Amino acid sequence: MSSCWATLQDYGLRSIGIGERILPKIDITICEQVVLIGSGLIWNIYFGIIAVFFGFWFSIILAVGKNHKLALFRIPSESIIFVFRGSPLFIQFFFAYEFFVLLPKVGIEFDLGFITLSAETRWLTRAWLGGLIVLFFNTAAYSAEIFYGAIRSVSSGELEAAEAYGITGWSKFWRIIWPSMLRLAWPSYTNEAIFLFHATSLIFFSGFPAWRQSGDALYYANYFADKTFNPFLPYPIAAMYFILLTLVIISIFGVANKYLNRHLDVEQRAKIQISINILR
Amino acid sequence: MFNVCADPSTLTEFFWVICYLTTAKHFAFYVSFLVVLMLLAIAAPLSLLFGFIAAIGTRSSNWIIQIFSKSYINMVRGIPDVVFFLFVPLALDQFFEFIRHKIICFDVVEPIWQGTDFVVCKSAKLPLSTAELWVHQLYAFTLALIAFAIVFGAFAGNVLSGAMRAVPKTQTETGAAFGFTQKQTFWRILVPQMWIYAIPGLSNLWMILIKATPLLFLLGVEDIVYWARELGGSKTSMYAYPHPDWRVYYFAGLLVFYLLMTWASSKVLKRLQIKLSKGQATMAGKELQGY
Repeated sequence: MSSCWATLQDYGLRSIGIGERILPKIDITICEQVVLIGSGLIWNIYFGIIAVFFGFWFSIILAVGKNHKLALFRIPSESIIFVFRGSPLFIQFFFAYEFFVLLPKVGIEFDLGFITLSAETRWLTRAWLGGLIVLFFNTAAYSAEIFYGAIRSVSSGELEAAEAYGITGWSKFWRIIWPSMLRLAWPSYTNEAIFLFHATSLIFFSGFPAWRQSGDALYYANYFADKTFNPFLPYPIAAMYFILLTLVIISIFGVANKYLNRHLDVEQRAKIQISINILR
Repeated sequence: MFNVCADPSTLTEFFWVICYLTTAKHFAFYVSFLVVLMLLAIAAPLSLLFGFIAAIGTRSSNWIIQIFSKSYINMVRGIPDVVFFLFVPLALDQFFEFIRHKIICFDVVEPIWQGTDFVVCKSAKLPLSTAELWVHQLYAFTLALIAFAIVFGAFAGNVLSGAMRAVPKTQTETGAAFGFTQKQTFWRILVPQMWIYAIPGLSNLWMILIKATPLLFLLGVEDIVYWARELGGSKTSMYAYPHPDWRVYYFAGLLVFYLLMTWASSKVLKRLQIKLSKGQATMAGKELQGY
């Protein structure tokens, strides 16, 4: 038990570069697998939280844009949604990585010795920024489709009542459409968030290199399966972590769901159920 | 391929492109698109079958079967599909080799798991080390196919068990009232009627399946992702067709391929849904009849 505590100190934060540098190679214990795969989960949570948080706001813009009368707003939103929902996330990662790799070469042609720019483009080829950008656009596109559907299903009676009271334009959106839209979309949006967190496990298998062997949960699970030739331990450990993560997401989003539905009778309230509709 | 292509360094730009796109490696790349389509063609019915069996299982009166099928169709909700794609082929491979080892080399006493190694006797290896390359590729493809069928079977099980529950109770009760046995009600009333409820979910699943095909790359199959990386990588003048890093263009091509696939599928599926809604006691069906 005490040795497992030492392992936790060595590898608990290994995925973000703190602790023992060299990964276990021989005589790999269960404790090492549990700790290191759990350490990798930090990356999944990082990608998930940041992408969901920023993607949420962008998706609202896209959803409103898709619903707009003017083609000038509608067509860009529709195209972004179509491209990111119509193609595999895996290919998006590959494409983005190769695209980002080419960027510095383009930049150097124009301003040689301009250090800040080349440094910035270099970060784009790292998973923490490049992968995050792809995830951000991806979740924004999927969520936008959900919110678009929700905007369309806000009851017309509510909108008419608002107009009768003279609420129009911006304040009609914020005070009438927005709360109803969120409430209607929330169960689907919860699913989107769950599957986004699942999708974060693709990043380190799709071109973005794991720098100094700092990867996510599945990266370490794959590492152990390669080293021990025994897939029956690391993958179920990773699976367990993801199930836990899913449960945490459901409970957090469930609190928000309760809040959004607080004005309704109990039997009218929407329940959150995991459905597989939002898988990418 | 063409005679003009014998010496690429002397070609004009136009012929260079033609010759470049018709090298043997590029044909392997084009064939890999067929591999993707083949995977779709086989995995879709197979996973539908798995899902159908699982959906029946969730209605079983035997609680062991019920729990097993329920956990099978629910596992995909909590666990990323990539985990299965990495786990299933490896696990199956070891399972097959383990069984073969026990049958073929029953006289070997050493344990199979030696420390960090998985050692089976030579003749139990799958495929045999003497086998040709295509056997290895076919084996990898088959394992990948099983992995896809298992994962998407679970998804299909979700859709189908939902569809079975969506068939109005009155329909099956009428069956019972006419003296149908449970089996007859199931096959003659429930199954023919459930599809209309399953179609939206299954259409969605088809799209997901299309978008999951590049994961073949993770399973060691030489698929379109593999060839895009292979062909796009920068080639020095050692090669017949030297060029800088073109991977981004190859992946752009793959993006377009997948966008076309999903776009065409969504058109076809929409039509199918309209067709199947005819004469159904659903809102869409009634709208078609002009109610």
